[in-house]
Amino acid sequence: MEGHVLGNAFAAAIVLLAALAAWRLRASAFWRERLGEIARRRPIATVVVALYLGVALLDSVAWRDAQPGEASVEARSLLDRAFPADFRERSYSAPLAAVEFYGGAALAHPGRHLLGTDILGRDVLHLALGGARVALLIGGLTSLIAIPLAIALGLAAGYLGGRTDDLVFFLLSTLASMPSILLLVALIMVIGRGPVQVCLALAVTSWVNFCRVVRGETLKLRELDYVSAARALGVSELRIVWRHVLPNLSHLVVITFVLTFSQLVLSEAILSWLGVGIDGSWGQMIDQARDELARDPIIAWNLGAASAALFGLILAVNLVGDALRDVLDPHTLRERT
Amino acid sequence: MLGYLLRRTAWGAATVLGVLLFLFALFFLYATPQDVARRALGEKAPPEAIAQWLVNHGYDKPAVWNPADPLDTRLAEHLRRMLLFDFGRSDADDVPIAQRLRDGVGPSLSVTLPLFTLGLPLALSLALLVAFFRETYIDRVGVVLCVLAMSVSVLVYILGGQYLLGKLLRWFPISGFDPAPSVLLRFVALPVLVGLLAGVGANVRFYRAVFLEESGRDYVRTARAKGAGDARVMARHVLPNALIPVLTNVVVEIPFLFTGSILLESFFGIPGLGSITVDAIQSNDFATLRVMVYLGALLFIAGQVLTDVAYTLVDPRVRLG
Amino acid sequence: MSEALLHVEGLLTSFPGARGARLPVVDRVDLAVARGEALALVGESGCGKSMTALSIVGLVPKPGRIDAGSIRMRGRELRGLPVTAMRRVRGAEIAMIFQEPATSLNPVQTAGAQVVEAITLHERVARGEARRRALALFEQVGIPDPPVRFGAYPHQLSGGLKQRVMIAIALAARPQLLIADEPTTALDVTIQAQILELLAGLARETGTAILLITHDLGVVNQLADRVAVMYAGRIVEEGTRAAVLAAPRHPYTHGLLRSMPSLARPGERLAEIPGVVPAPDAWPPGCRFEGRCAIALAVCRAREPERTRLDGGAAVRCHAVAGESPQ
Repeated sequence: MEGHVLGNAFAAAIVLLAALAAWRLRASAFWRERLGEIARRRPIATVVVALYLGVALLDSVAWRDAQPGEASVEARSLLDRAFPADFRERSYSAPLAAVEFYGGAALAHPGRHLLGTDILGRDVLHLALGGARVALLIGGLTSLIAIPLAIALGLAAGYLGGRTDDLVFFLLSTLASMPSILLLVALIMVIGRGPVQVCLALAVTSWVNFCRVVRGETLKLRELDYVSAARALGVSELRIVWRHVLPNLSHLVVITFVLTFSQLVLSEAILSWLGVGIDGSWGQMIDQARDELARDPIIAWNLGAASAALFGLILAVNLVGDALRDVLDPHTLRERT
Repeated sequence: MLGYLLRRTAWGAATVLGVLLFLFALFFLYATPQDVARRALGEKAPPEAIAQWLVNHGYDKPAVWNPADPLDTRLAEHLRRMLLFDFGRSDADDVPIAQRLRDGVGPSLSVTLPLFTLGLPLALSLALLVAFFRETYIDRVGVVLCVLAMSVSVLVYILGGQYLLGKLLRWFPISGFDPAPSVLLRFVALPVLVGLLAGVGANVRFYRAVFLEESGRDYVRTARAKGAGDARVMARHVLPNALIPVLTNVVVEIPFLFTGSILLESFFGIPGLGSITVDAIQSNDFATLRVMVYLGALLFIAGQVLTDVAYTLVDPRVRLG
Repeated sequence: MSEALLHVEGLLTSFPGARGARLPVVDRVDLAVARGEALALVGESGCGKSMTALSIVGLVPKPGRIDAGSIRMRGRELRGLPVTAMRRVRGAEIAMIFQEPATSLNPVQTAGAQVVEAITLHERVARGEARRRALALFEQVGIPDPPVRFGAYPHQLSGGLKQRVMIAIALAARPQLLIADEPTTALDVTIQAQILELLAGLARETGTAILLITHDLGVVNQLADRVAVMYAGRIVEEGTRAAVLAAPRHPYTHGLLRSMPSLARPGERLAEIPGVVPAPDAWPPGCRFEGRCAIALAVCRAREPERTRLDGGAAVRCHAVAGESPQ
């Protein structure tokens, strides 16, 4: 299957999941109230996160223009279409410059590159916006793999206890004892490079945290009176887990997801730096800037744009995550996680 | 108490075994020996060269089960070598890995040790300060600064630090390393400074949360009701109790220093374990990478057992059962 | 009440509510404790008893604060006292024991060290002397085998022993007033009786006055000389133990008494007071008990009742009572 078709499918899946979640949450007064409270507490951060998501989705919906006669044209996303089709220069140009940075040759689009162009003449604003899609992919796909796995194993361990718990706990401590960046690199080198592989590796290292939270909370919930009462009334174990334990875990999973999200994106930046990241990420842009700061005069706009885009998302997600934790769970996780 | 320590040590040993099995599955079962050989020798290497390489590096043995000699398998070989710290030679250039490690430990420690010994008191005292002024302007500004500092990527700290302090202000050499004591400090200062900056936000926030949690406990109210002042309450009651969760975090950080130095070392040109790891990544050197993951895990597990020992010294509830 | 040891007047303590408003939790409370007297402050949970106690010793947790009123100890105003002077009051003049002995002791210090600290914070004594006095206090509060318990950590002691250690800490600097906030609530029934007996005996021996905070009228009956009943931040009735327990005037006190198994008359059904104490942001403009009161009048809804003085130093805040016995 082609890359852009997969991208479209992924975007559609995310939108569908979000719609489903929104529909389910609207029905619950608890969630409606709490989520409203978060938007009230952190209005700017919430809007910023929504903006990043919007840009990422715009960049995920792509199609190829039917051009009879031409064999292969790259698929262009909605975001790409917001820029002129041939928006390239030959090399570096400063923000809003009319000529190339080195040499001073005339530009094809003088004064139009808001944040300048990179070494290959690509528009930096376009690249920086495109990084949002990669960030969403990292956070989204990784969580899509890690969370179901973590919930299944965490529930099994916490609820069944005994040998199952021992086994899961052993797995957790084994994975947790390996330094995460080294483990990530090792995994990616063995299973291969590419966006899906990177997310898979990130999932292997990040599910541990989710699973710990789920296991710990399940252990607590199992001992609660209403669970014992349900069991005494003859409710089946599976139904107890589904109706009484799982819903009481959901807020912890949501908080952990948001707090893990920023960690994942920051980890990918480090992987890019080590040469095993995902193409088009902010980490790769920063990686390129290594040489640019050594030039004379230096190229700062590429690094600046990527760092600012990365910082903005991480800060907004951190702030929303903190608010989420304060509102949804004043006790269990605190500021410790 | 002895039983507790023995139990924890046995659990640590089991975890080491788990790590080794995981590494075996990843590097010997998922990645086939032919894969590894071709990556090391290049796609176009002649079959004889590959066969010879496999023999040299012990990749030619049966994976798990050898009916002729149950101990002559890759698994047994892998376990034996790792447990005896007999790491063999690099997949990339045949240099003994152990020798590389010995050469790398010194430069690595010259960065991580000052980073650790300066970073911990710095973060603790800042957190203590912020927690002491809780619910005031100082506290709020401190928390905002921490979140801001946490949201910046390490890479930006490294690039920014090098550009600002190295190139613009010319306080330190931009990169490089010289073990001679007279100049060592000059080379190490910049990476240590950058490392401190990159880590301080998250740490201060964590320690502040710990201090605040302890400050809200009933025994603190008792101490105040006795007539103890703020400083005394902090020093004699909050701090000794907060030390317990702090201890866990400190030990958890030891392996993170180890991995954190991957970035600092490779960027500032310090020939330590981190640089070795980056070289291994760039040259597809599985053997070295495997050893680095194993050693990282080993350090972490040893750290955990040490934490448990430390607990028995600090916390009477553990010490006296 | 000229000889009052502690004199609280118009105490107003509040916490921040929605949109910057301050919500009072203790609303213009007047209290007086005489030397050697045991006053019980009674009420359901959430009525402001504990906040009253914490206000007196200046330990209202942030972001709460005292907005108005005067707290005088032996004639000296405690509000506005410098921090260091207030520290000398705590422990030395007014000591406090708390509800949860399990969490109120520092888990990483020995019981002995915590008692010694309470002594040395207020008096310059040699280490050996402090230890000797702490051991004597252990003996005094009925801890068996003091030298062993002295070196024990809190987790090695039972709940009753922990509360005895708390009492030893409270008595360490020989205070004139001991505030006991629900001292027996977290303990087993048999231990409760022992601790109450201990407190009563110690008060007699040392002449220490006690401000006892409790929701349990049984405890009041055992220990108190006088009783003040608190409801929704207000003192609604006060008087001698005999008067309040035998002939309560306020309908709330009535309700409390009728819901107590040990004090209800034989054969009578135990009654409960319908509803719960209203939260500070839901206090009605009239009498705060009006919504739960069986004999509420029209005036109760409109206007808060004034304090009506009765015979024998008693007082009550109720329109119905004020109506039948005009001042």
